[in-house]
Amino acid sequence: MTTKPKVSKAELAEQFRAFIDPNFVITDNETMKPYECDGMSMYCEMPLLVVLPETVEQVQRVMRICNENQVPVVARGAGTGLSAGAMPNKEGVVLSLAKFNRILEIDPLARTARLQPGVRNLAISEEAAQYGLYYGPDPSSQIACTIGGNVAENSGGVHCLKYGLTVHNLHSVEMVTAEGDVVTVGCDGLDACGMDLLALMTGSEGLLGVVTEVKVKLLPKPEVARVVMAGFDSVQNGGDAVGGVISHGIIPGGLEMMDGHAIVAADDFAQAGYPREAKALLLCEVDGTEEEVDEHIAQAEEVFRKFGATSVRTSQSEEERALLWKGRKSAFPAVGRISPDYYCMDGTIPRRELANVLLRMEEMSEEFGLRVANVFHAGDGNLHPLILFDANVPGEFERTEAFGSSILNLCVEVGGCITGEHGVGVEKIRQMAVQFSDDELQQFHDVKAAFDPAGILNPGKGVPALKFCQEYRSLEHKQHKHEHTEAAHG
Amino acid sequence: MADISQHLQEQVLHARDGGHKLNIVGGGTKAFMGREADPDAGTLSVGEHTGIVEYHPVELVLTVRAGTPLSDIEATLAEQGQALHFEPPRLGAASTIGGTLAANLSGPSRPWTGSVRDQVLGIRLLNGKGEHLRFGGQVMKNVAGYDVSRLQAGAMGSLGLITEISLKVMPKPAASMTLVQDMSMEEVIRYMNSRSAEPKPITGACWVDGKVYLRLSGARSAVEATADKWSGDVMEQGEKFWQSVQDMQHEFFAGNDVPLWRFSVGSTAANPKLEGDWFIDWSGAQRWYRGSGELKDMEPLAKAAGGQVSLFRGGDRSGEVMHHQPEALKGIQRRLKNAFDPDNIFNPGRLYSWL
Repeated sequence: MTTKPKVSKAELAEQFRAFIDPNFVITDNETMKPYECDGMSMYCEMPLLVVLPETVEQVQRVMRICNENQVPVVARGAGTGLSAGAMPNKEGVVLSLAKFNRILEIDPLARTARLQPGVRNLAISEEAAQYGLYYGPDPSSQIACTIGGNVAENSGGVHCLKYGLTVHNLHSVEMVTAEGDVVTVGCDGLDACGMDLLALMTGSEGLLGVVTEVKVKLLPKPEVARVVMAGFDSVQNGGDAVGGVISHGIIPGGLEMMDGHAIVAADDFAQAGYPREAKALLLCEVDGTEEEVDEHIAQAEEVFRKFGATSVRTSQSEEERALLWKGRKSAFPAVGRISPDYYCMDGTIPRRELANVLLRMEEMSEEFGLRVANVFHAGDGNLHPLILFDANVPGEFERTEAFGSSILNLCVEVGGCITGEHGVGVEKIRQMAVQFSDDELQQFHDVKAAFDPAGILNPGKGVPALKFCQEYRSLEHKQHKHEHTEAAHG
Repeated sequence: MADISQHLQEQVLHARDGGHKLNIVGGGTKAFMGREADPDAGTLSVGEHTGIVEYHPVELVLTVRAGTPLSDIEATLAEQGQALHFEPPRLGAASTIGGTLAANLSGPSRPWTGSVRDQVLGIRLLNGKGEHLRFGGQVMKNVAGYDVSRLQAGAMGSLGLITEISLKVMPKPAASMTLVQDMSMEEVIRYMNSRSAEPKPITGACWVDGKVYLRLSGARSAVEATADKWSGDVMEQGEKFWQSVQDMQHEFFAGNDVPLWRFSVGSTAANPKLEGDWFIDWSGAQRWYRGSGELKDMEPLAKAAGGQVSLFRGGDRSGEVMHHQPEALKGIQRRLKNAFDPDNIFNPGRLYSWL
């Protein structure tokens, strides 16, 4: 979409410095270095410059200047994204929202919080706690990630099945359009008139607008939460037990699964007392009133035994609950200890395909010569395979990427999707062609153009150019045929 | 139980070639909504496009053709002890799931269990070019591509014909109980909101005719324990009452002589100063008003309450019936319309005169 910018770096910096504190218009490579990537550090690019405005009006002026001169703009929160969605454009501006870090208002009676986009996810719940309230979506990066980024990615977390994703927990979003207008989508009511632009904005990965304020819903903190841990000697049994709990009419606050590799790594790290010999571990948290939790915990324990659990343990105190979760919550760093590097994938599958998908992944693991550990948001089908590799071994990252692509293709094949919560960004842009047809991708491009006619917002992310899709599909097809031929000869 | 998508696609292509417009009709129970339909447009009938495509109770996911009546869906789900948690208003026996999504209609549980828009996971859509497209999916979490599925909620068919919908479904609560007591309109806003801020299994809070109704649902023990703690009498016919609210069969909604307005506002906002009858639902976030008046006079009142207003039923439907959009959002929605329906085939002028 974008053509060559009409303005030089120096001219652009000068224009910004006319209304933004010159210290926060960054043009030197050393200071810009931390902005070259987000949490997906394998994908790097240095931007033309970085700018940190502190008022909405300044954001508007930045957008107007960039729109007029066709300069790409990449909005950035805390940079914790895992799909390189905030990777800079080398001819563009990184627009950091780091200075928009204030909680503007908490209304305990209405159960809402009005926030600047740079407020950290966890800070919302911490501030709301004095009123017995909290903010539902809790992505793993919640200590650092910001609400603006959560809107851009439609972030989830471990409590989505019951409490929803970001899109379910918003009242409204104020944003600056590509053309520099300030608009509010949504309202203090629960539904607004017209097309649901709030839903469209949520998860749009910074391609449709720059979020400058967010109003979220807060929930009453449950009276009590307890967790049941159950070990199984097969993934199939563990997966079936998840279905069993749900068929029983119980919607757990959180329902997580780990495979054998993840169990051992997490237990080594957290000493949580996990059954190390188990092939699958379930953590099922039930929250609500005292009575409800007692009733549902008893039912869940019974269901797990019925589905062949080899061990069942229920937290008897807050400390024990925290300990059981500690292993799961530290699964990523735990896996980080047993391998120089790891690559976290993010596909979603229908739960009934779990055993099949894990088995096929084991086969691929051998094929690619790389280990894989799995943590799984079992309640909502969101799979996080962690591929273990060593970036210092030449060719190993490329093999990891190829392994990752095969996993995502498998997710689509069994009726799932290529990303549950991390977004497409740069990382999964090729797989978009596997999940969507050209007509569908073109429709996405048309949606973008309705918001951003000049195509300056985060270009090259999220939706692939159609010509690359055809190339990618034919390449995949050839590889597929090649593998089949090999197998036939092997 | 038929898949007539090919026939529907042909009609769209035919309209496109001939430069015709099409009014989308499902069960025909929402003809009163939106602006009046374009009398020169033909009818695109989706009512025959019915049937459950896929249903996996354990996955909590249902995929269904858009013309399927809500009653069929609810009967299928009930066999598995599940339900549509957004409690869709059944405006008539023929009300369909497609119309429910296009109009974004949800019932009394909406603040706690989400709206139809919240439960949508994916759709198939025939756009104005006659392309049959698939967005979202059949899984709970899916952030690949823009959320075109939820964009349809409230678009009143202006972006295309929804042909298939995948929805999240949930288990039916094990027990329900309704508490009722007398309360003035002045007191009730605060009361409902403070109850909603407690971690209790509340799934309904409305006020009409000087009485406040709170519904509790979930595990039996939790419902009973909460009912013991909270004030109010247990209502014998609770379920019947909530059904009348859900289906807009409560006597407050009866009759067509007096226009029905819907204020979607901040749940704690003071009630707009308008003489006449009010029905407060959604713990204060949705307020129905019966009275004559003009949209331009209602809008400042809704805005002061943090929200928006629409003329839901009756009154003059040749003008605008939805809260006006600021210029920048008007521009975006016009361009979106053009992106999906470049020849302006679908439901012309039904949502706004300028769409």
